[in-house]
Amino acid sequence: MKKKHEWPQWEVFVRSEAGLAHKHVGSLHAADARMALENARDVYTRRNEGVSIWVVKSDDVYATDPSESEEFFDPSEGKSYRYPTYYHVPEGVKHL
Amino acid sequence: MSDGIEGDASVSDERERAFNERLDRSLKIEPTNWMPDAYRKTLVRQISQHAHSEIVGMLPEGNWITRAPSLQRKLILLAKVQDEAGHGLYLYSAAETLGTPRDEMVAALHAGKAKYSSIFNYPTLQWADVGAIGWLVDGAAIINQIPITRCSYGPYARAMVRICKEESFHQRQGFDIMWTLAHGTPEQHAMAQDALDRWWWPAVMMFGPPDTDSTHNEQSLRWKIKLFTNDELRQKFIDQTVPQAEQLGLVIPDPHLRWNAEKEHYEIGSIDWDEFYRVIRGDGPCNKDRLQTRIEAWEEGAWVREAAAEYARKRGAQSASP
Ligand SMILES: [Fe+2]
Ligand SMILES: [Fe+2]
Repeated sequence: MKKKHEWPQWEVFVRSEAGLAHKHVGSLHAADARMALENARDVYTRRNEGVSIWVVKSDDVYATDPSESEEFFDPSEGKSYRYPTYYHVPEGVKHL
Repeated sequence: MSDGIEGDASVSDERERAFNERLDRSLKIEPTNWMPDAYRKTLVRQISQHAHSEIVGMLPEGNWITRAPSLQRKLILLAKVQDEAGHGLYLYSAAETLGTPRDEMVAALHAGKAKYSSIFNYPTLQWADVGAIGWLVDGAAIINQIPITRCSYGPYARAMVRICKEESFHQRQGFDIMWTLAHGTPEQHAMAQDALDRWWWPAVMMFGPPDTDSTHNEQSLRWKIKLFTNDELRQKFIDQTVPQAEQLGLVIPDPHLRWNAEKEHYEIGSIDWDEFYRVIRGDGPCNKDRLQTRIEAWEEGAWVREAAAEYARKRGAQSASP
């Protein structure tokens, strides 16, 4: 008996309409990329939910570690001057 | 755990505290978040059981695809059964994020170690059964599933959002079949009544044992894997379905059914829990048949899975060589 090999897992990203970004919708198993795209069409766009699909092998996705997210995202904390609301607009000044 | 700090009590206390805090603040738990082993195990059991139900649930209705009374009904039923296959896939994917491979879950089902919803161990004897399943079984499933869209585990909640979007078509097409039959010839009306007679009690039992006997209720409520108790959900189903049966001109097979004006709820006769446990244990009308069908489909499809994997491997090797 040959060693059973499960098909690799793929993450599926769907663009719902032209002009929008692809968004993660879920995952599936497929032997290769072509089959992954066809399965993604059958599973995730049965009701016209998409005009374009990306598939990426799940193993190829690198993610931030939630236990380190505090330090990781720390550099963007406390920088209120990055927002327009930080600045006082003198009365009567327009188009600013 | 392989990170070697599992043994450190203060570290695991700290993780547990962070986990509980997420739950309290109604933040989702995601696959990469630390979670207690029991939470993970309970989720794998519950989600895979749910996935198996979707897949086994294709069988009773699939039985009628070739015999649907019109091309229109056939197309609708095909689309419905295909949706259920999709539901199974979303749920297996959600369970896989907890670290259990899909093949392992499927193997547990085939070995008789994993459960699926008992309702699918009843036979579909005539066309109206397809109507009753959509109306009652999918109707009950919707009531069960809507709260899960807000459950604590992110991938499960998101899978459930997709599923719920698709379910309401299932319930409506079933009701539409029942409505057509109930307003047809006397024979057709009798078919609709017969289907209701056989599916009513199994549908009422779909919500699981009464709260007094349910072993999982309390912990699952605390973990926000469950948001309402079995009896609360069951009551909701009864309250919404009884008036629909009246509108269909059909009679719910329960002489004790009555409206309690004070509580503003319907009251039903006692549920035959012996039957429920008998079917769960494997003595339902179709248990053996359902499992056998799944095992055969898996085994007969093995060569296709292997051939596709081999083809992908060879093509990969070809494109890698100069
Ligand atoms: Fe479903
Ligand atoms: Fe359904």
